[in-house]
Amino acid sequence: MSMEQALQTFFEECRELLQQMEDILLQLERVPDDPEAVNAMFRAAHTIKGSAGLFGLDDIVAFTHTVENLLDMVRDGKVGITSALVAELLLCRDHIGDLVEHAASGGEINAEFRNQGDMLSARLREFMGEAPELGNPQVPAERATMVEASGGGKVDGDTWHISLRFGKDVLRNGMDPLSFIRYLATLGEVVSIHTLVDAMPDGDSMDPESCYLGFEIDLRSDADKKTIEDVFEFVRDDCQLHILPPRSKISEFMDLIRRLPEEDAMLGEILVKSGAITQKELEEGLSAQWDVDAPLGEILVEKETVQQPVVEAALEKQKQIKESRVQEAKFVRVHADKLDSLINMVGELVIAGASAGLLAQRSKDGPLQEATSIVSSLVEEIRDGALKLRMVEIGETFSRFQRVVRDVSKELGKNIGLEISGAETELDKTVVEKIGDPLMHLVRNSMDHGIESRELRLQRGKSECGQLRLNAYHDSGSIVIEVGDDGGGLNREKILNKAIERGLIQSGQGMSDSDVFKLIFEPGFSTADQVTNLSGRGVGMDVVKRNIEALRGTVEIDSAEGKGTTTRIRLPLTLAIIDGFLVGVGESFFVVPLDMVQECVELSEEDRRNGKEHGFLNLRGEVLPYVRLCEQFEISGAGSRRESVVVVQYGNQKAGMVVDDLLGEFQTVIKPMGQVFRNLKGISGSTILGSGEVALILDVQALVQVAASNEAKSLARVSVQG
Amino acid sequence: MGALVKTEQAEAVAEQQQYLTFMLSGEVFAIGILVIKEIIEYGQLTTVPMMPDFIRGVINLRGSVVPVVDLSARFGRGKTELTRRTCIVIIEVGGDGGESQTVGVMVDAVNEVLEIPANEIEPAPAFGAKIRTDFIQGMGKVDGKFVILLDVDNVLSVDELAMLEGAVAVSSGA
Repeated sequence: MSMEQALQTFFEECRELLQQMEDILLQLERVPDDPEAVNAMFRAAHTIKGSAGLFGLDDIVAFTHTVENLLDMVRDGKVGITSALVAELLLCRDHIGDLVEHAASGGEINAEFRNQGDMLSARLREFMGEAPELGNPQVPAERATMVEASGGGKVDGDTWHISLRFGKDVLRNGMDPLSFIRYLATLGEVVSIHTLVDAMPDGDSMDPESCYLGFEIDLRSDADKKTIEDVFEFVRDDCQLHILPPRSKISEFMDLIRRLPEEDAMLGEILVKSGAITQKELEEGLSAQWDVDAPLGEILVEKETVQQPVVEAALEKQKQIKESRVQEAKFVRVHADKLDSLINMVGELVIAGASAGLLAQRSKDGPLQEATSIVSSLVEEIRDGALKLRMVEIGETFSRFQRVVRDVSKELGKNIGLEISGAETELDKTVVEKIGDPLMHLVRNSMDHGIESRELRLQRGKSECGQLRLNAYHDSGSIVIEVGDDGGGLNREKILNKAIERGLIQSGQGMSDSDVFKLIFEPGFSTADQVTNLSGRGVGMDVVKRNIEALRGTVEIDSAEGKGTTTRIRLPLTLAIIDGFLVGVGESFFVVPLDMVQECVELSEEDRRNGKEHGFLNLRGEVLPYVRLCEQFEISGAGSRRESVVVVQYGNQKAGMVVDDLLGEFQTVIKPMGQVFRNLKGISGSTILGSGEVALILDVQALVQVAASNEAKSLARVSVQG
Repeated sequence: MGALVKTEQAEAVAEQQQYLTFMLSGEVFAIGILVIKEIIEYGQLTTVPMMPDFIRGVINLRGSVVPVVDLSARFGRGKTELTRRTCIVIIEVGGDGGESQTVGVMVDAVNEVLEIPANEIEPAPAFGAKIRTDFIQGMGKVDGKFVILLDVDNVLSVDELAMLEGAVAVSSGA
């Protein structure tokens, strides 16, 4: 990975961490006593600082360091979480974000910007109270006292303690115990030697050629454990040796362990790497483990090879490594382009598979048909899997609005809470990316115009705190996103007056509420009496509508005056592949999105005859209006045979489509129709059939609308003429 | 069909002097070969409903869906009759936004690739060609006869193709 790439990854990671910090802060504002949240926040800041340091981004390091210090104090409970602190930390988060973006764009940091940072730092120090530059010294010190308390008994003073029992054969092997001790003295100062003669038997049974000596030695030395152990290298197999590090070393080991690189390692390896135990000791411990069957850590502590806190630190480290590995395993960062090209390939695969299946069917070759059917079911699974890769939960997009709502409500002086539901609803990443801006408009609009001021709310008998709702759910092959508020609602009269004033309509007579509300999506339409810096300029709603239509979606508004407004965005689930239902009209094929298809019924002779008079039929007591596709599309040579009605549902409306043939389910790879057909209503895209022919995908909702408006127009003409 | 002519990359490098000539209701027209991607046999066309006559439909060009324009209808001379020699010339039209769109053009027959030097090209006449003057890039002299060199960007202007279809929809609805 080149430096540039690494840097890009760093920026990307920073953005994610900053987002995480923001989420945590907003959460802390609501639930201040969450130690896990504070820890997570601290870790995020720490990671940013650490990585920034790696790239030499000193500005980020310096500022984040201050933030980190404060967070550390919060973590230790030295500073309480107040809303003032959270607000401050949010500002800091933004500042870090700015610094990161600055670094990303390679811009110079100007003085004003730096001042801002300094001011924030100064304020942070105020929060920290009288300890402006807080290092970490207390923490290890605390641990060190803990060591004493836990009775690391043998540790005495700041010296190595060496406990040595020579084996009987040492002398016989030509070794002189004394020379080892002398050599030991070259490593440092031997503070005390206590000779143990407990093992010495009575004079009769004593073998003068055997060694019965033991020593307890205190050594003051800078040498590490390995060096000390090496002193006894020649007698290592012949003696029992315990080397206990001085107290100051314990915290050093623990520090070392924490700083070890994050590799998957066994406990013993970690301890050896930090120098707390030597390889030899580890081997002994392991062989002891063979006999005792207890955790290695316990054995080592019991054998006084190593102190409890060091083992604990090592165990913690091990856990940490495992955790980070688990997290790494959870996510693989993939470039979106790669995913897109994968989806494209899968699309081609689906088409190719369909044509192979078609050929197999024609060949009347049983085994071949079976093979292709297995392939096609696998392809279907691959398709679903590939599409799922691109699905993301909308929650991430929603949670961004926590901050927006918080900031904007402060700005407006309103008290507004955000309620999120359906955050786990998944939709295509390409859709998610493009839905952010329209949602932002809608949310701001609701807050600014929808929700009334505090006084007005109280006056109207509502609770002082306004509610904004973001909701998402799946509904017949599309995803619905709702932005709702419990504000004043839309004023029908006001909209009508404005629309007439602007010449959009002649009069409001006969217009349904939803038609009237649709007017606010007209360009430049605003009923706001005053323009605020948030909204009200009438720019926005038309942009919202355009953006959503570009995603093949629709918007509708529900509003009850005095109760609130709900804007409902309906979007297709995916932009790439859908399950379709293939129908034939004359010589042409069309695809209806399968999720919309409710049922298929035969068009009875009676209904066919009546069809000349009216375009609806009786579906088990329900009135079902239908569209005759051959008439709508002016397809000749159709309608002579039996006809069927495909009953489709969209939202809460039902309609029928009269077609000639029902050809069954069909995996539909959506092919864009291109700019030439952008104004075509009723056709949402195209797909390629197994035969290589192109079939068109019906936009049922638009088709019904076109049919309805055509009918309305022709009726209007008749009434004018009549 | 034997009349398949592939434009080679090497040829495309040459200056805009080479033109593909083709027949359209008995008249010879030419298009600069730089915009031509390939020429394919007519077949398997899917009609798109509610579109004006000059959009014949769409075809599957190796996995992408490409609209096919009936040039004769575009010039207001009625629909092209299908014959054994009917071809679709695949052309890439550079959109204004830098986004290029591939469009197929239906012609009666493809003739040949000709070299017409710049000094053999006359400006379009003010009238008399019986097609919109902005469709004409110039009049090329070939064997003492004039051949209409088409301005592809105007003839196949994506905006206009899309817009006209809107206008037709309104007139048929009214």
